[in-house]
Amino acid sequence: MQELLQYIFSGLTNGAIYAVIALGFSILYGATRLINFAHGEFVMLGALGLISLWQGLKIPLAIALVLAVLGVALIGFLFERLAIRTVSRPEPIVLIIITVGASIFLRGVGMLVWGKDAHSAPAFFSFAPIDVMGAKLLVQSIWILGVVVALTFALHAFFKKTLVGKAMTAASISKKAAWLTGIPYEWMILLAFVLSTATGAVAGVIITPITMCSYDMGTLLGLKGFCSAMLGGLGSLWGALAGGIVLGVLESLGAGFLSSGYKDAIAFGLLLAILYIRPSGIFGAKDLHRF
Amino acid sequence: MKAFTRNCSEKIMTQSSLHETLRIGLLAGAVAAAGILFDNAYHIQVLVFIGINTILTLGLNLLMGYTGQISLGHAAFYGIGAYTSAILTVHFQFSPWLALVPSLGLAVLVALIVGIPTLKLSGYYLAMGTLGFGMIVFIVFRELDFWTGGSSGLAGIPSLKIGPVDLTSGRNFYYLVWGAVLGTLVVSRRLIESRVGRALRSIHGSEHAAMAIGVNTQAYKLQVFVFSAFLAALAGFLYAHCIGFISPGSFDFMASVRMVTMVVIGGMASIWGALLGASLLTLLPEWLHAFAEYEMIVYGLILMLVMIFLPQGLLRGLLDIYERSRNA
Repeated sequence: MQELLQYIFSGLTNGAIYAVIALGFSILYGATRLINFAHGEFVMLGALGLISLWQGLKIPLAIALVLAVLGVALIGFLFERLAIRTVSRPEPIVLIIITVGASIFLRGVGMLVWGKDAHSAPAFFSFAPIDVMGAKLLVQSIWILGVVVALTFALHAFFKKTLVGKAMTAASISKKAAWLTGIPYEWMILLAFVLSTATGAVAGVIITPITMCSYDMGTLLGLKGFCSAMLGGLGSLWGALAGGIVLGVLESLGAGFLSSGYKDAIAFGLLLAILYIRPSGIFGAKDLHRF
Repeated sequence: MKAFTRNCSEKIMTQSSLHETLRIGLLAGAVAAAGILFDNAYHIQVLVFIGINTILTLGLNLLMGYTGQISLGHAAFYGIGAYTSAILTVHFQFSPWLALVPSLGLAVLVALIVGIPTLKLSGYYLAMGTLGFGMIVFIVFRELDFWTGGSSGLAGIPSLKIGPVDLTSGRNFYYLVWGAVLGTLVVSRRLIESRVGRALRSIHGSEHAAMAIGVNTQAYKLQVFVFSAFLAALAGFLYAHCIGFISPGSFDFMASVRMVTMVVIGGMASIWGALLGASLLTLLPEWLHAFAEYEMIVYGLILMLVMIFLPQGLLRGLLDIYERSRNA
């Protein structure tokens, strides 16, 4: 019982992080019907950027957090401007190859800047872990979950209540109709990229105290985030949150009770199963169009 | 009138296939000449790798370039070919030639099992599905350490022999690999010119339209996927017995990306482009000594720049620019 609870706690923490990454995929997919294969690399940039700013340059934590997220959002802005906007034939296969190229490129840059070694950061706040029926719950886990839920609420409010958010939704439904009503369509795509990469960076900064960070961490995290987004139904914010938590807990239980070496294979197996059986996700009601 | 057009098209067909036969003959001549001219072991080794990469690229190009179905996990089949043969020869003392059949067979079987559900997907989902498949196979290579030696790899893979002749020594392996390349070229060429090839290109054009005119798109996509897996496994088999040592690192996500890059540089749907892409990307690390540091940056930039500016591939793109400047 104690063991089970412990696995669930660590699964919840990881799941919360997958959920934030999944939010990034969902924001971008919702607005542009595009899947960014480089999304995991923005998570890596956020994590390593924070470590450099906070530990390397000794900038106070609060400012370093904001700077790291803004910096990554700026890279997302440049990425859309330079590599996505310039494409003459925006077919899926072309965009897949470009975003895969961007992912490899950013990973290469990460390796040059931060080297091949893993980096880590101390906990943001130090509290003693809470004892729940013998299992240890880190305070860190609680605030990570809090951040994730708050972020999902904020994004939900943005898309449903604000004019810009509604305009983004409109642009994703029909490019032409949105343009006719005076919505600057291209700005909406740009905004979606910036928002998506910024949430990727948020995932990166909250992961720093709980795991070792290195230049190649992005691929796995990106895939797991995508798996979570698919589980919850791609494009849905609350689905992303639920999908992330489900994946995190399943993975942690699998690693604990079956084999830790195959931990990553669980996520991919789940991804394949979802793609084959129910591409609309567990929580998605509509049948998703598979292109 | 009908007879006239048929006559014309037949004439064009024979002319183009004559051209092709000539080109393949020229390549065979060049291969033989290079085999005689190069006596430096290092040069021969580089040529062998170009050959292995050309087989990989040709296979992936049939899938990506002609049929328009992306695979980001093709290194899995390359690895299955290499590991199956390596495990059978190292642990079970199979003769390498006997191991060739099960290693190709396993790749074909896995491609069939994975291909049936995966090829129902398209676009981003197909890319993610194949990527996930490639990752799972990579994890299996790493974790089945009793058979595969885990991350430290599997050494002592025997070399290929015909009777008393060791094929791995000197130029013999070079001739073997390039013989396989020429065979693959001829088969790919025939495939593309055939009814199947036209069906594949119709799928690339529009899968719905192809279905509407009665092309069994699922069956064709599966066939070409299995064939490209077969070629990747053949390349893996040659690689394992050429080097004598394999580790999971040669079959990771980056290996799949390298294969995609070779296809993209050479140009999608171009058989001769595959030769160009494989040669360029095999030679690049040999020319640039500090390449290991910058490898990912270079590959990433190549993928992005070629796709943005020359989506037809380097060869076709440069030719287009040349022709435009000459006409202007």
